[in-house]
Amino acid sequence: MSDVAPAAGEDAERARPLDTAVEFVRELGVPRLLIAVFVVALFVVAAVTHMDLGRLVTDSLSRVARNGILVLALLPAVQGGLGLNFGLPLGIVCGLLACVITMNANLSGWLGLSLAALLGAAIAVPAGLAYGWLLNRTRGQEMMVGTYLGFAVVSAMSVFWTMAPFHNTQLVWAIGGHGLRTTLTLTGFYDRLLDKLGAFRLFGVEIPTGTVVVFLGACVVVGLLLRTRAGLSLSAARSNPRFALAAGISDEHTRVQAAVASTVLAAIGIVVFCQSYGFVQLYTAPLLMAFPAVACLLIGGASVTRATLAHVIVGTVLFQSILTVALPVTSQVIGGDISETARLVIQNGMILYALTRRGEP
Amino acid sequence: MRPALQTRLRRAAAPLLFLLLCVLGAIAAQITPEFILRELLARFARNALLVLSLLIPILAGLGLNFGIVIGAMAGQVAAILVTTWGVGGIAGFALACAVAVPVAVALGILTGLLFNRARGREMVTGLIAGFFANGVYQLVFLFALGSLIPFHVHELLLPQGYGLRNTIDLTGIQYAVDDLVRVQVPLEGQLVRVPVATFLVIGVFCGLSLLFQRTKLGQELRAMGQDAHVAATAGIDVDRNRVIAVVISTLLAALGQLLFLQNLGTLNTYSSHEQVGMFAIAALLVSGATVSRASVGQALLGTLLFHTLFVVSPLAGKALLGDAQIGEYFRVFVAYAVITVALALHAWQQAHHERAAQRG
Repeated sequence: MSDVAPAAGEDAERARPLDTAVEFVRELGVPRLLIAVFVVALFVVAAVTHMDLGRLVTDSLSRVARNGILVLALLPAVQGGLGLNFGLPLGIVCGLLACVITMNANLSGWLGLSLAALLGAAIAVPAGLAYGWLLNRTRGQEMMVGTYLGFAVVSAMSVFWTMAPFHNTQLVWAIGGHGLRTTLTLTGFYDRLLDKLGAFRLFGVEIPTGTVVVFLGACVVVGLLLRTRAGLSLSAARSNPRFALAAGISDEHTRVQAAVASTVLAAIGIVVFCQSYGFVQLYTAPLLMAFPAVACLLIGGASVTRATLAHVIVGTVLFQSILTVALPVTSQVIGGDISETARLVIQNGMILYALTRRGEP
Repeated sequence: MRPALQTRLRRAAAPLLFLLLCVLGAIAAQITPEFILRELLARFARNALLVLSLLIPILAGLGLNFGIVIGAMAGQVAAILVTTWGVGGIAGFALACAVAVPVAVALGILTGLLFNRARGREMVTGLIAGFFANGVYQLVFLFALGSLIPFHVHELLLPQGYGLRNTIDLTGIQYAVDDLVRVQVPLEGQLVRVPVATFLVIGVFCGLSLLFQRTKLGQELRAMGQDAHVAATAGIDVDRNRVIAVVISTLLAALGQLLFLQNLGTLNTYSSHEQVGMFAIAALLVSGATVSRASVGQALLGTLLFHTLFVVSPLAGKALLGDAQIGEYFRVFVAYAVITVALALHAWQQAHHERAAQRG
């Protein structure tokens, strides 16, 4: 970015205001602008119709914090040249498995939560290694292989959840005494533990401090890691594999590192998601989770080959706000719930836009 | 030249493994061949054309067309329209086909143009395009119909006054083709419908697919599938032909979905189309077809094998583990796993060839 900025500045001085505006729109991207306008419009409608704005912002904020790390998990994959990691469910089921194991052992509170995150990350390392190995052998089709690997793993885990030897009565079906329930409630374990940590009210908005801090903290950690030697070689190998090889960096290694980082973050991300949501959803729930996360990243301004921390944060805020605010606002205005349909159109329209953009390296 | 024995064995490995799985499952659940035959008659007639619709994009080098979901939606639009017009029987079915054709062609052109902008990632683009189209479909039928678009058949609307009901009875066109030539055979003491006319339709489309591959266009598509660059140098309009391949596929999928629906007799307005792509693709792949190579015979064989497993799996799950649900999860896993393995193998070979080409 920095090497383009001076030239653009010179042009802007000579250009007429209209050109500057066009340039600004091009820089931002038409879909991004439309979505930002849409978010603002939703809030304006909410304000005009005297809805509880504080409530809406509270809900948006808690959903942003809840989903943040799952979106962040996509960043190393894009930086490492793996494209959009539709294989996110692989990491997600690692996290879910960790949640179930810790809950089965009756671990609750901070111990339960931190052990679940640690264990999830630990399970995700070998899973990510295998995933990276597979993606190295299927170059050029990473997104498709990732998508279907994710689907296959989620459905294999569905068989596992019904047959696994868990016996804690809070987790298994009451009838028959075996097979995990589809939704496990975290009440009494670590329900909203991070959300409540240091939570405070500001202008009628409740800030889920703990989860926000964890999300931003994870962003900082990932940002710092990407600036280390390993992180820099990751993007170097992505942008020019042959040049990197001449400098002693094998992109086979960096791509595996990227897959592991992405999978580990997804595992931690789902643990944070579950504590904030209050439930652990098993079986088919993780099947389509990668798609909204990918849409967040793209709405933030990322492309298939380039993403930054700013894209993660901006995208998550924009998309999750739409999802939160669209339901109450549309039901107020048109009397029906159009939010799920709007989500399908926006989310997949955004991914299509990114996949079909020309002039990408 | 006939392929070497080793290659032929490797190609037969997938269907043989699948056959073994089906046979073991059938033995475990003590399913009689008559039962499987009865189930397969209907299932094969329902699904074969949808599987056939995948062949031409594969020939043209576009890979598995996950966008056939869009074709299926075109078929459903037609089915909904003839139901509201109240036209039944074979006339209703013919009318539905006539309505489906222009819709499918238009959507096919759009999908083809989209694929031309996403060269090298047509499959993932097709998958996402299917999701996107599903959203637009919901916007039209769940929200616009009866509110923005005038619609007066109130029996089909949700109680709120707009939006189609979740299930629509297609009694008008049910068995329109299946019973065109009425044949019923007693199997295990029950009269079983043999959809002769449907099999005939499928046979005709098989023949057309084979004939198509011999036409000039078919040969051009084959050349593109082998090497798009060489084909372009030879003066073939690759971009245009790719769109044509997608249009044909979308059209066949629309007709295939209509055949599917006339047998089923009910339309799940918002979910009948969702899994069409996944099941058709998995069915094609279990026959040993690959992302770049598939034949009419493989499409038919794959449909038979895959749907045998579909019948057997829940029953085997119940017999072996006391839970039919496990069998159902298992068959979904098999569908996804088959696709994953095929995609991985394809990408693996492609990467291998590229590396070999770079070295050489």
